[in-house]
Amino acid sequence: MAKLLMKGNEAIAEAAIRAGCRYFFGYPITPQNQIPEYMSKRMPQVGGTFLQAESEVAAINMVYGAAGAGARVMTSSSGPGISLKQEGITYIVGAELPCVIVNIMRGGPGLGSIQPSQSDYFQATRGGGHGDYNMPVLAPASVAEAAELTAKAFDLADKYRTPVLVLGDGMIGQMMEPVDMPEAFPQTVPEKPWATVGWSDKSARPRAVVNSLYIDPKVLEQHNIRLQEKYVKIAAEQVQVATELTDDAEIVLVAYGTMSRIARSAVRAARAEGIKVGLIRPITLWPFPSDTIRQAAKTAERFLVIEMSAGQMIEDVKLALNGARPVGFYGRMGGMVPSVDEVLSEIRKTARKGE
Amino acid sequence: METKVLFAGFGGQGVLLMGQLLCKAAMHEDFEVSWMPSYGPEMRGGEANCGVVVADEPIGSPLVTEPDVAVIMNKPSLDKFESQVRSGGTILYNSSLIDRKPARGDVRVIAVNCNDIAQELGNPRVANMVMLGAFNKAATNLPVESLIGALRATLGESKEKLIPINRKAIETGEALV
Repeated sequence: MAKLLMKGNEAIAEAAIRAGCRYFFGYPITPQNQIPEYMSKRMPQVGGTFLQAESEVAAINMVYGAAGAGARVMTSSSGPGISLKQEGITYIVGAELPCVIVNIMRGGPGLGSIQPSQSDYFQATRGGGHGDYNMPVLAPASVAEAAELTAKAFDLADKYRTPVLVLGDGMIGQMMEPVDMPEAFPQTVPEKPWATVGWSDKSARPRAVVNSLYIDPKVLEQHNIRLQEKYVKIAAEQVQVATELTDDAEIVLVAYGTMSRIARSAVRAARAEGIKVGLIRPITLWPFPSDTIRQAAKTAERFLVIEMSAGQMIEDVKLALNGARPVGFYGRMGGMVPSVDEVLSEIRKTARKGE
Repeated sequence: METKVLFAGFGGQGVLLMGQLLCKAAMHEDFEVSWMPSYGPEMRGGEANCGVVVADEPIGSPLVTEPDVAVIMNKPSLDKFESQVRSGGTILYNSSLIDRKPARGDVRVIAVNCNDIAQELGNPRVANMVMLGAFNKAATNLPVESLIGALRATLGESKEKLIPINRKAIETGEALV
């Protein structure tokens, strides 16, 4: 395996193909355009289908169709486009179909900016569309991890029959780093007896129906209970988190995605100044690594959350701690990226509070 | 060891390519690398820049806000980035196109008249390779073969005929420093 220097967006697209994705439907938006661009070139080479839809709404409904037929299918967009896709996403959730959705976040609200941001955290981790639901949200911090998690997203989607969201930002989409990608990612594809692939031989299997409409509330409540049981199972089985220097840390930073890279540099600099600080990096944002946060509170006196938003993941950190420790916050918005120096200065301030 | 490099100039001068070649060559030498471009509503002939980090351990922030080395290909970029270079760092500037010297007294300054040299070599388009050679000698000291290998991988087989002139450009640039 030769290492390749790839953009995050390209790595996501290539990893999807090497994980068996053969259908891609999308609509252009910066800063994720290299994903559809790359797919438009690669899909025909592997006998797959690339289609630039007339809108995000059309694209997600094409995903709904391909997922219903049991195919490995993906779409990608950025905040404004992801908002447009929400109706389709909640239908896909309701119909319990697997697919992968990529959101390369940019500054919001509205059309906002095209620079990196993490302000879609709430939308990503609280479902996003209407109805009681969650979906796994994977947050890569490097180009190599973006490839790895995209491949994993397809397995998770198939295993639990759910959409899976890969949540990056403009920085991870645009930056280049080395990637060591296998020829093909190992794939676990279960039987899909629910797939609507035609019913010409009526004796071969029962009729499959894709549907998210349950007129009888008693039936819909049972459907919801089943969904919630699935979420409990995912939460028990699929939390992924990385920790660094937390064993003796008095201050613990919590940051995900590209922000964890900035935080990591700041943590190293603060350690060099003798400040006992560590880092927790949630890789799954839903399910959230609450146990790891609580575990760190055994030694840590204070927590500091770093985000490119007004403060969204901080709510999950506070929920995990349930008031046990003070939680500080530092963030920039609208496409501005906190610098290592800014984060370092917040760590110093937090350390002074502890004295 | 961690070296943060900024490449800046006009779109079309090959500044993003310089950064990518450095990354590929350093990757070949088993260094960790990251490449982060400025992106936005860019236009042809507008400003372009990229930040590259080369390190011997996993890279934290890929952003280059305080470069150790700045490679400056045009005057607007010198005006914009001169003050950001780390004290004790290095500025290489394209003295063919920039009519003032960097004013900083606390950095190493290297003038490279890369457009003139490229013209003399017979292909004005290799100006960035002259600069890349000078940069490599001044900062990263990677084997020239790794840079050539990176260029070969980037250009593809159909452009093999361009390798000799690019090699000459890189070597001429190295000889300047």
